[in-house]
Amino acid sequence: MDEASSRIAEVTQASTAGFFAQCYELFDLPPLGSLIKCRDGENEILAVTCNASTSSLEPGRRPIARGKTELTEEDVFRSNPQLKQLLKSEFEGVVLGHSFNNEYYHYLPPRPVKLHSFVYLCTTDEIAEFSRSLEFLSLLTSARTDIPSEELVAACIRFISACHADPSTFTAAAGKKLAQIFVDDYPKLRTILLRLKL
Amino acid sequence: MNQKDSTKLGVVVSGSLSQGILARLDSNTSVEDITVGHLVTIQGNTRRFFGMINDISLETSDPGILLTPPEAGEEFLASVLRGTTTYGTMQIVPYLTLGSDESLIEGPQPVKSIPSHFSPVYLASETDIELVFGKEGSKNFFIGNPLDMEVKLCLDLPEFVTRSNGVFGKSGTGKTFLTRMLLIGILQTDAAVNLVFDMHSEYGWMGTREKASPVKGLKQLFASRVSVFTLDEKSSQERRVSTDFVVHLGYDEIEPADIELLRQTLNLTDQAVSATYQMRQRFGQKWIEKALALESDGETEDVLKSLNIHEATFQNLIRGLNVICRLPFTSPHVETRAVDKVLEYLQSGKHVVLEFGRYRDITAYILVANLLTRRIYSRYRENTEKAMAENRPRPKPLVITIEEAHKFLNPAVAGQTIFGTIAREMRKYNTTLLVIDQRPSGIDEEVMSQLGTKITCLLDSEKDIDSVLAGMSGKSGLKSVIAKLSAKQQALVFGHAVPMPVAFRPRDYGSAESYEQFGKMPAVSDSQDLEDLW
Repeated sequence: MDEASSRIAEVTQASTAGFFAQCYELFDLPPLGSLIKCRDGENEILAVTCNASTSSLEPGRRPIARGKTELTEEDVFRSNPQLKQLLKSEFEGVVLGHSFNNEYYHYLPPRPVKLHSFVYLCTTDEIAEFSRSLEFLSLLTSARTDIPSEELVAACIRFISACHADPSTFTAAAGKKLAQIFVDDYPKLRTILLRLKL
Repeated sequence: MNQKDSTKLGVVVSGSLSQGILARLDSNTSVEDITVGHLVTIQGNTRRFFGMINDISLETSDPGILLTPPEAGEEFLASVLRGTTTYGTMQIVPYLTLGSDESLIEGPQPVKSIPSHFSPVYLASETDIELVFGKEGSKNFFIGNPLDMEVKLCLDLPEFVTRSNGVFGKSGTGKTFLTRMLLIGILQTDAAVNLVFDMHSEYGWMGTREKASPVKGLKQLFASRVSVFTLDEKSSQERRVSTDFVVHLGYDEIEPADIELLRQTLNLTDQAVSATYQMRQRFGQKWIEKALALESDGETEDVLKSLNIHEATFQNLIRGLNVICRLPFTSPHVETRAVDKVLEYLQSGKHVVLEFGRYRDITAYILVANLLTRRIYSRYRENTEKAMAENRPRPKPLVITIEEAHKFLNPAVAGQTIFGTIAREMRKYNTTLLVIDQRPSGIDEEVMSQLGTKITCLLDSEKDIDSVLAGMSGKSGLKSVIAKLSAKQQALVFGHAVPMPVAFRPRDYGSAESYEQFGKMPAVSDSQDLEDLW
């Protein structure tokens, strides 16, 4: 994957703990729990994707149903080419860490990402390197999002484990780390672990 | 020492000197691999501690898990929880410490402090065991292996015999094998001479084994250094035992004090016991013979009146004396006194085993053991006192082995019997006891507390365990260890001759290889030599 094809979105709202980004292509959303990054000079800020949505560009106007006479869903867009200009796909990134001088740090960066920063998909190698330490799990588990945080945590671990040579070892280690984090919240721990089927 | 060689089990999380130390098991240590009785070392900041695991438990940080534990298909959940939210802990009693300046020279010292938080806990390595219990050598006798370890556990026998000691355990747990091994050790290290009152004829020539062929006794292994005395020549001949002397007791050797000890077994009243003293005073050495003659004598009434003895009391006493006189090895007078013979052998450095043959009756055992011991002890005491006065070396220590010890040392008689005296007076006169019993709770508390080293096999009565541990610090911890010993081939040794308690598997006895090893004297190590020089 070259750099141009890994560039999928642009930051439209940013804060220290996370950002919102709009995809360049409608429906070209990164999967829930996948890792993305933004550049800040030489350094990078890594985040996990969540809360993806596709909606009208104008906040007050909801799209209407147009496919009654169409045979397929694709035909809806073919017959209404303006739709691609009136709709947007967005997602939220929750910051999990950053890199500085080519080294990963699993805590919040000193500054948030800049608006209009490009958002790239992380490569498998980057993900494997970043997740060598499981410290990122504390930021991941404390994220405040609209979706249940258990879902985000489980999705992220599933995604990252696929980037490791031995996914089951990684998942087992992550599970142990979660058990330490949720030492006094067994129901939550159980919910997440049951979503990490090996 | 390099701790990386040892297996790390966990880290210290809490504890106190009085209650023991609580350590949390590492997530990769299975709680099923930990057993009570294991020896561990704890590496503190400045010192190293030696201790024993005495309890293991399962804990959880969230009680919610107990309400909804992982179900059958939820293996991953269970594997994650294991060692994290649910974990094992072990209770460790620290006994020794090594590391401060003085202990580097003097070896491990009794513990007076505890390791700091998060100190790592390791399984004791072979080097640790050797450091604490010493290497096999001219003084250190190899008695077995600590549980689940291959290293040789040694006992300092010259130190062991300076106090009276006890071997306890339920019937069939291996007391006799342990005792036989200790006797061989004493013989081999030349720590003392043994006098064994062998009630069941297990030590001298041949010993029995459950579901296996008989094992060799002391005489078969060390023919030139052991002599077998017998009370029952016929039985010995039938068993083809080569005996050195047949013991007969003369009535004139029996003293009122010997009768007093038999009060219970002969069913004598208090008055009958005190009458024996009056008879002895009146009739002299041949008092038994004369008392028995009185019965058929017409003057009886007058004599009894003059002695102020009631007729019923007299009859009670006569019934008792008749029991003694019916014992086939007693006769009015014997030429060669058994006491002199035993002493002669003991003084020449020979170990004596007295077999009782068919006379397993407790009356015979108590009478003979008490009578011989009383005389031998007094002779030993004289010799020791004389040697002290003349500044000569004292006689060689004597270890008297008695079985069914509660018959001699129960609270009712311990005050009067010679065995009670020996147990209490300890090593002053170089005579000590090796007490073997299956009901230690029957032994007088004071005597039990005076026993130096105790070796105990499995005991399951609470009372027996309590009495074995009387006077021991960290009692509650050892309790669980004793109760959890295997029914066979496991024992716990603690007390004077060992720096800390240790559970062990006694060394093999009964195979051709084991006999060969017992026959060999261990090589004297250099360090032992150096120690001797100091």
